[in-house]
Amino acid sequence: MATNSFFVNLDQIFILLRNWLVGFLPAVLRPAAGVVLGVIAIVCVFPGLFALTTVFERKGLGRIQNRIGPNRVGPYGLLQPIADGIKSLTKEDIVPLSANAAVHFLAPMVLVVTVFMGFAVLPMGRNMVLVDMDAGLLFFFAMGAATELSVFMAGWSSRNKYSLLGAMRAVAQMISYEVVLLLSSVSVVMITGSLSLPKIVAAQSQYTNGFPHWYIFTPWGLAGFIMYAIAATAETNRSPFDLPEGESELVAGYHTEYSGFKFALFFLGEYLAMFSISGLGTTLFLGGWSAPFSFLTWVPSWFWFFGKVMLSIFVFIWMRGTLPRLRQDQLMNFAWKFVLPFTLLNLLVTALWRFMGEGWARWVVCTVILVAAYVVMGRLEMRSEHFGRRSYRYAE
Amino acid sequence: MLGDGILKGMAETARNFFGSYVSKERLTTVEYPEQRIPTAENARVFPFLVYDGSDWQAGMRCVACQICEKECPPKCIYIEKSADKKPDYVGKQQFYPARFDIDVSVCMSCQICVEVCPFEAIKMDTQFELATTDRFGGLLFDRKELSRSNEYYHSIHPTEAAEVDARLAEEKAKVEAKAKAAAEAAAAKAAAAADAAPPAASPAKSEGGN
Amino acid sequence: MSLTFYLLAALTLAGGLAAVLLKHLVHCALAVTVAFAGLALLFLQLDAQFAGFAQILVYIGAVAILIVFAILLTRGSDLPKDGVFSKTWYLGLVIAAGVFAVLGWAVLASVRAIPQQDVVPTVTVHDIGIALVGRYVLPLEIVALLLTAATIGAVIVAMHEKERAK
Repeated sequence: MATNSFFVNLDQIFILLRNWLVGFLPAVLRPAAGVVLGVIAIVCVFPGLFALTTVFERKGLGRIQNRIGPNRVGPYGLLQPIADGIKSLTKEDIVPLSANAAVHFLAPMVLVVTVFMGFAVLPMGRNMVLVDMDAGLLFFFAMGAATELSVFMAGWSSRNKYSLLGAMRAVAQMISYEVVLLLSSVSVVMITGSLSLPKIVAAQSQYTNGFPHWYIFTPWGLAGFIMYAIAATAETNRSPFDLPEGESELVAGYHTEYSGFKFALFFLGEYLAMFSISGLGTTLFLGGWSAPFSFLTWVPSWFWFFGKVMLSIFVFIWMRGTLPRLRQDQLMNFAWKFVLPFTLLNLLVTALWRFMGEGWARWVVCTVILVAAYVVMGRLEMRSEHFGRRSYRYAE
Repeated sequence: MLGDGILKGMAETARNFFGSYVSKERLTTVEYPEQRIPTAENARVFPFLVYDGSDWQAGMRCVACQICEKECPPKCIYIEKSADKKPDYVGKQQFYPARFDIDVSVCMSCQICVEVCPFEAIKMDTQFELATTDRFGGLLFDRKELSRSNEYYHSIHPTEAAEVDARLAEEKAKVEAKAKAAAEAAAAKAAAAADAAPPAASPAKSEGGN
Repeated sequence: MSLTFYLLAALTLAGGLAAVLLKHLVHCALAVTVAFAGLALLFLQLDAQFAGFAQILVYIGAVAILIVFAILLTRGSDLPKDGVFSKTWYLGLVIAAGVFAVLGWAVLASVRAIPQQDVVPTVTVHDIGIALVGRYVLPLEIVALLLTAATIGAVIVAMHEKERAK
């Protein structure tokens, strides 16, 4: 059908564009040129989305707080990122005299480079993954781990108490929630049987009676997604876990001593990390580029992927406008005493799901176990603390 | 249950977000300077001199008594009395200010000058967009710049102005009644004197004629 | 022995040398991180994807941060007065050369012992997983026990201080 092939072409439009552009080159250069074009596309699209997200965040937070966001630059303030970009490019780049110049210079670069590398394995549409690796998920988490190092470098090299404290807190928080992130992804890997992200999406893009097989619609998938979302919010230092960079707490935490373009790079790195973690979350739990209903598969796959990512970003912004900040010991307690045990239980429930076979029995059993565990652990967590006499570890 | 507080909070913020597009109470921003909140009636910024009628010099209520100059805490008023006099609203001859300068950059809007003025001559204005780039004389207002008509006073402080007008009219009526009574008394006295003098003169004349 | 291998080997060696020769301890820790990254890239160049990414995840993401934290929380930021090199550095060089010779001989001997294969076997994550729970399940469980013991020990060490201070 003519319309069918039109939608197929629309779905694959970026691949076709790339093949056409690469066709101008001799055959020996084509693979490399294809990869380079993909890289250029990622480097252009995601910072563009970042610019749009900054304006949406400010306007969204404004509306939540009963005020209008920025609306002077451009229609409805949509050109505000351009003004912000010009501002950060023309600001003076101040480096403290006692700061470690080399490490201070390298930290934002390491952050941005590792975060961009994380985008290489995300399947953004049908056949639209930059590198189809066998261990793609592991690569993504490896890049996330390297991000923590840059945070530490930034905080330590500034020779500033507040920066160092902020960096230590940020690294402690990121390490704790990294464990949770990995464990909640492992349950997806268990069910799919592969670490490769395009295979995970392909396993979720089947439909029964029009409903998709997304993992979020299973009990263990919903629990895993909630734990993943909490861990993702903590990994990217977003509210309510933004103590390391909260302005009212630690000046600006580990990026206090950065001004001008380097600060813009940190900002870019944080938002890009948010995009890539949301991208991974949609790939693992929300079905990646697959449509929500089988009659909607004519809509291009990249539209669904970016739509779901933007929806996750919207939820991030919504949570930022709603929740107060968690204190450092509160968030560490939460990670190790509630989220991690629940994630381990989720792993057990996933295994149970796998081995119970098809049928309604496994739905009931898994749901009951997860809900009971959540209620019990929630009650345990919500017990009021008894504060005894304060003890000072190093003063005595 | 753990987490229901978060969900309730998120519902509230969602209500705020979507409500800000439909209802005014969930979007309280006033986009200055395109939109302005109307000032309250008893707002006060800097003083001005009231004049009755259309001629600002002839109708100025100020009689240069200099009470406001003495009472002003930061001493921002400078008055020079005139040499001659002019009639005021009841017709009495009064001095008037040859110079009346207020340095508005010093004025602290305390309204003491208004409270102590016995002649309802100085009142508080509500204009605040007076920023100027001339920092030496730009905010030093002389008596011409300070004079505003009574109609203007009515437009910014209606109830106060009505009350002031009522009081002034009452004073004027009292003075006029007094003047009328005095005139009547004088006329009666003159008539009595005139009555007394000719009858006194005529008996003298009739006595002389007999 | 391609160009990529030489570049990566140079990177790893540079990182290792910098880790030993630099004055500031945190710089040394970051140089060691560069050496770890070089190693991970070498694994990737040999098509051992799992090993390479696990190297990045574990070494750069956890061990390097552990080293840096250890430097910061102890007094390691001060520079030693006499300089970082000991007086008998040539003896250390001789011992290091000896160790390198033994290791090199062992590696070359084992390479000669393995029969030549025409096709390099591709080891997927699936194969590693099957091997871990099949042939190597005992080492896996022992490592798990070791990690549990280490975690409990860390908790006891941290908690013990609080108990003592009360």
